[in-house]
Amino acid sequence: MSGRGVLCFSRPPRVAAAGCVGGRKEAEGPLAEGFDALVEDTRCGQPSWELAESALARRALDIALEKARLAPENLDAALGGDLQNQCTALAYAMRGVNAPFVGLYNACATMAQGLGLAAALVSGGFLHRAAALASSHFCAAERQFRTPLGYGGKRTPTAQWTVTGAGAVVLAPGGPGLPADGAPVHIAGAAFGRVVDAGVTDITNMGAAMAPAAWDTIARYLAATGRTPAGLDAIFTGDLGLVGSRLLVRLAQLDGAALENHRDCGLLIYDRTRQAVGAGGSGAGCSACALCAHILPGLAAGRWRRVLLVSTGALMSQLTAQQGQSIPAVAHLVELAAGTSGQEGGSQ
Amino acid sequence: MGRDCAWAFAVGGGICRLGEALRTGYLAAGHTLTDAAALTSVTLVALSAAATALGWYQKLAARAGAGTLVPITGFANAVVSPAIEFKAEGLVTGAAARMFTIAGPVLVYGAVASALWGAVWYLLRPWVAA
Amino acid sequence: MNFLWAFVVGGALCAAGQLLLDLTALTPARILTGYVVAGVALSAAGLYQPLVDLAGAGATVPLLGFGHLLAQGAVDAVERRGLLGALTGGLSAASAGVTACLACGLLAALLADSRDQN
Repeated sequence: MSGRGVLCFSRPPRVAAAGCVGGRKEAEGPLAEGFDALVEDTRCGQPSWELAESALARRALDIALEKARLAPENLDAALGGDLQNQCTALAYAMRGVNAPFVGLYNACATMAQGLGLAAALVSGGFLHRAAALASSHFCAAERQFRTPLGYGGKRTPTAQWTVTGAGAVVLAPGGPGLPADGAPVHIAGAAFGRVVDAGVTDITNMGAAMAPAAWDTIARYLAATGRTPAGLDAIFTGDLGLVGSRLLVRLAQLDGAALENHRDCGLLIYDRTRQAVGAGGSGAGCSACALCAHILPGLAAGRWRRVLLVSTGALMSQLTAQQGQSIPAVAHLVELAAGTSGQEGGSQ
Repeated sequence: MGRDCAWAFAVGGGICRLGEALRTGYLAAGHTLTDAAALTSVTLVALSAAATALGWYQKLAARAGAGTLVPITGFANAVVSPAIEFKAEGLVTGAAARMFTIAGPVLVYGAVASALWGAVWYLLRPWVAA
Repeated sequence: MNFLWAFVVGGALCAAGQLLLDLTALTPARILTGYVVAGVALSAAGLYQPLVDLAGAGATVPLLGFGHLLAQGAVDAVERRGLLGALTGGLSAASAGVTACLACGLLAALLADSRDQN
């Protein structure tokens, strides 16, 4: 333990498999090839958009388990969450799944939150096989948080587009001799973020509200581990979008750090020049899908050796926003490393 | 921004131009001025409802912005779209109740403002009418 | 000529709304509410009827015209039934459009389903 909420795993858990499912807009985006499944009918044959999101989450988990050659009963726990009120997307998705379920909520930061917690539990030997998953659905989010889908209110340019998709990652204890596609990927470390409120009250500009939280967690992790941005191949934030990404780089500059290898999942998953998505993608499924469709395959293929995933979440509710309260934000971080142990240059 | 305004102007103007064509038609059919105006509104509301139900209104609005928001067709869209969206939560507690989430404030403030003006007019009338 | 004025005046009122959307933090719901109240105020000041005479539907179809309708209804009812008319006039005048919206909403809810925007 080298800093408050900063975890360096002496026995880094291994990513056994990952699965992700996306919708139609994701199928038109640059990461389409990395998805395990893309659904044309975003209703997924369900009676409601909420259940459609549950179906996406369930499918992502099923794919991850299948790739890991595991049955649900081999899973010691699944940790995950979504954007719906009371986390219902995953609660309904996990009905009939024979595995303990730990529901989480940290808005769009849920994927890294779940992955960090699952990695700690596996690394500590408390769980043998654990899954982390997160989902979001554009239609379910619009009707719950914004306006009806048929309503013609024009979107503000700083607003982001909720990703329709789900991602699931299965973790197993690290060590040699375990099957994996390509190079094994490990979770080398994790950091849980502090709640940071930068005083932003505009709910159509959540990227700006979350950027300070992202930098807070990244800076604390770098300080605690002695790593530098240049020593990492990439730093992926969850869904800061265009506005928040610029702000993050500026905040880092003010602290004397150059974030040249920063990428944002919200900007990777869609092509803003071709797709009308405002300032980029967002949602709990955004970093989950980018992780499974882009980051993990890139690590396995040797494109990067060591990266950070920093999922960012805006923690207001409709009520607090209407009451004029500013937006509290949090960012959770995991460090992913490719290689046999994931430890080189590693944990103190 | 210039492009936004051009779209709003063209589409909004077009909807009003359609309204004027309808009004002229109803007047020609022998309706009074008041009835022709009311029939025009009702026709535009019905057209907007159909376009909303087919998902076209939202697509046009993504371009037209205030051009589809400000005409009465935008008010109809604000009533019809939640009715469709929230029927999943029931026809009473969902569709009917939610019809007023966007349109309700318009009716509340419009009705109260007109009542205030009516009361003021009642007080002013003895002087103005003379 | 009437058609041209309807297009120009209606278009201008919408373009003004677009400026409010782009330059201020006002949400669509607030702009709609503001337009109706502004319509009542302009009508009360006697400024809106000349615009209606000029542009016809170009002035009555935008929500400012809805406010004008409410204000006119209140004035006419006050003339006919006194102070009580202030309460009955506005919504009575607007009842055709409002009831049409509600009926269309219910019908659409029965017939149509929510669609993805993609």
